[in-house]
Amino acid sequence: METAPGADRYVLDLTALNRLIEAVREAGYRVAGPKVRDGALCYEELDPDETLPQGVRDEQGAGRYRLRTGGDAALFSQAVGPHSWKRFLSPPEQRLFTAKKDDRGFRFEPGAIDDGKWAFIGVRPCDLAAIRLWDKVFQDGAWADSAYRAIRERVLVVAVQCTAPAGTCFCLSMGTGPRAGHGFDLALTEIGNGAPRFLVEAGTPTGEEILALVPKVRAGPEEIAEGERRLGQAETSMGRSLDVDGLAELLSRQVDSPRWEEIAVRCLACGNCTMACPTCFCTTVEDTSDLTGSTAERWRRWDSCFTLGFSYIHGGSVRRTISARYRQWMTHKLATWHAQFGETGCVGCGRCITWCPAGIDITEEARLFRQAAEAVPAPRS
Amino acid sequence: MGERKKPTLAVFKFASCDGCQLSLLDCEDELLAVASEVEIASFLEASRAVAKGPYDLTLVEGSITTPHDAERIHQIRRVSRTLVTIGACATAGGIQALRNFKDVSDFAKIVYASPETIEALGKSTPIVDHVFVDFELRGCPVSKKQLVGVLSAWLNGRSLEVSAASVCLECKRRETPCVMVASGTPCLGPVTHAGCGAICPSFRRGCYGCFGPMESANTASMAAVWQSIGATGPDLVRAFRSFNAGAEPFRRESEVHEQR
Repeated sequence: METAPGADRYVLDLTALNRLIEAVREAGYRVAGPKVRDGALCYEELDPDETLPQGVRDEQGAGRYRLRTGGDAALFSQAVGPHSWKRFLSPPEQRLFTAKKDDRGFRFEPGAIDDGKWAFIGVRPCDLAAIRLWDKVFQDGAWADSAYRAIRERVLVVAVQCTAPAGTCFCLSMGTGPRAGHGFDLALTEIGNGAPRFLVEAGTPTGEEILALVPKVRAGPEEIAEGERRLGQAETSMGRSLDVDGLAELLSRQVDSPRWEEIAVRCLACGNCTMACPTCFCTTVEDTSDLTGSTAERWRRWDSCFTLGFSYIHGGSVRRTISARYRQWMTHKLATWHAQFGETGCVGCGRCITWCPAGIDITEEARLFRQAAEAVPAPRS
Repeated sequence: MGERKKPTLAVFKFASCDGCQLSLLDCEDELLAVASEVEIASFLEASRAVAKGPYDLTLVEGSITTPHDAERIHQIRRVSRTLVTIGACATAGGIQALRNFKDVSDFAKIVYASPETIEALGKSTPIVDHVFVDFELRGCPVSKKQLVGVLSAWLNGRSLEVSAASVCLECKRRETPCVMVASGTPCLGPVTHAGCGAICPSFRRGCYGCFGPMESANTASMAAVWQSIGATGPDLVRAFRSFNAGAEPFRRESEVHEQR
């Protein structure tokens, strides 16, 4: 933050935060935020009578996630849950169009585009970075997607800077967190001890307008320092790290490494990593028709490079082995993404590690590839 | 435009519970449309009237378990232009393929007063082991939606939208947090063929593998994951030996853990 300490930062208590969410609703937004469901912290639409969960802590490791509830009163003492915000920006299943046969031929009706305004409450810095990547591809890129754009340009982002990273977090390595940087309308930092309190700052005029409607006090030096202290602590308590120095080139030289086969022994090719990844954006398109052949629909569904169908071309699938599919995913994320989009495709959220049933750890695999690449052959005795 | 001749549909049953055929009757909303688009030539669950073949589309439910059935399926294939097998029995041998791991004559001796009158094959086998099958629709039972999808694809001459990838993709699309990762519940989803819509995990139960092995089932890794959350050898044998016990990847994995 370049601004003078405390210049544009305020302190909110829980009542004020709830008032802020109410103000967001009054501005016509549908509110989505964290909610505990089925043993996980899910991002879902919140009803007006629903409050943000308190005292939720998570424990995340390779292939393991546990929530503990009923602790203190804190709201954001945990890292990201299983789902990213991509499901709001590009739903898992989307009807692109319907075609109906009539006496003059076919009549096309576009699929319903979500015309609601969404407010995302509690977007973590890693997920902000993921949304920026998606924007680059689907909002601004050569393949801009009208459905994505329609939803995205109305989204209000209330970010939460991370003060309690999980065991699988490595945003610090990826330069995406635990501080939010930019890409938010409002950003919160939890600073309360006992009763919840938050530092808040606006990142856009829209954020400022919302903030103007909320009772708040200007942040003092102690509160600013407490926020800094917690963010500093978060930086030193990342569960994992990834050495990205020269990683793209290093992986590009490992195409024939036997390590891919070793990973494939454990890899289930289930596709969970790609579904959980906030930057994985691959979809497939399926056509359906009714029995009479008078109505046809085209659906877009989230797809995964771990399926055989993904690389199916004339004559069969190109990536038949699991090792080829894992290699495709990992090298795309950490290496070829650079060539394609000018940066890495990984934001360090750790979801692919936590939500891999087999606990395959991309940071560990990258470390082993680096080790193998840097290993000097032992001299013969 | 003159009235086109409607294609004929026949449904035949082998060793099975009839549940998959009932899925067709269960289509309710779509059933009238099916009846208007095809001539149902043979479907004993629906009507006693049986028209002679050949049939344009034949749906086969059930596995081959007797010498008589092993003959009958060849007759059916001869009179069927397109033959689609439906359900775990027809595509993997069904729950009755549990006999494949034992001596069937031992069962006959226990169950029947005159076991010598029983003519049963030593193994329950899928239809594809006997005749050419145009398409196999998985599930115990098959998904109604997929069954209608197969019929409409066939009627309209287009490709099918049946994915052979894992159940996990369906779980993630419907936003079900992984039961294995979030609560340590053993689940066969990562090695199981999609199609059911990931019903069990949405009720916080692990997947039972009703749709059989997915396209590249890494059952050895799946077994290792189960063991890491406390499953024993017998647990694994039971998990892989259910409705799709006879499906090759599941059979092989179950045998690995039986020997231990």
